[in-house]
Amino acid sequence: MPVRARPTAPHLQIYRWQIGNSLSILHRLTGLALSLGLLALCYWLVSLAGGEKSYAAAAKVFASPLGLLGLVGWTFAFLYHLLNGVRHLFWDAGFGFERTARHASGWFAVLGSIALTACVWILIWAEHRT
Amino acid sequence: MSLRSPLGRVLGLGSAKDGTDHWWAQRVSSIALIPLTLWFLFSLFALPVFDYVALRAWLSFPFSGFLCVLLVAVLTHHSYLGTIVVVEDYVHSAGMKLLSLLLLRFLHVLAGGAGVFAILRVAFGS
Repeated sequence: MPVRARPTAPHLQIYRWQIGNSLSILHRLTGLALSLGLLALCYWLVSLAGGEKSYAAAAKVFASPLGLLGLVGWTFAFLYHLLNGVRHLFWDAGFGFERTARHASGWFAVLGSIALTACVWILIWAEHRT
Repeated sequence: MSLRSPLGRVLGLGSAKDGTDHWWAQRVSSIALIPLTLWFLFSLFALPVFDYVALRAWLSFPFSGFLCVLLVAVLTHHSYLGTIVVVEDYVHSAGMKLLSLLLLRFLHVLAGGAGVFAILRVAFGS
């Protein structure tokens, strides 16, 4: 008897791209990015405990172009994961399933996190200049 | 007629043996993380200067040290719960799956443990 591959559940590429699944995928991607952020946070805390020299070394890493890119990225990832996470919690409680509510809350999460990321970094930049 | 044993029906755990534990733990930790993360970021923002001395002084306060320990612990747990689902979804060979899950577990305990220990070192001044 020929061996056939077991049937599998529909995978990512079978779905039509629309706001619902895109935001769901973005939620997972930002979650993964934030897991890397957890490593960075722990590294930062360890450097702080290690003394002035090790903290200065870590601060230099975070102030480098790649470090800053990471910090801005993590800011967005955190804010999006937070807003969309609250959206998920509302669903878990049984609210917001209607098409209009789903779309409105989705756009709120995306645009809200972009706007808040911009606000945070404009504030940091303004503070840094003075 | 159901073939399920009365005990199996009462426990209601199904073949995975852990029922809805993972789902609940992820939601509960996410709710805890809303105030913890926001408190952490707002506290850092509120620091008049952002340098080594100010940060150590801030972390030495019992209140901030305690909340930071909670933050790192809950964050680690939540991150672990989230990342293992990704592995369970996309890593299909049994060996690689086991290896990835073990790696994630060790990595999270290591990172979380190091983070908590670092906070305690600052808090207790060593």
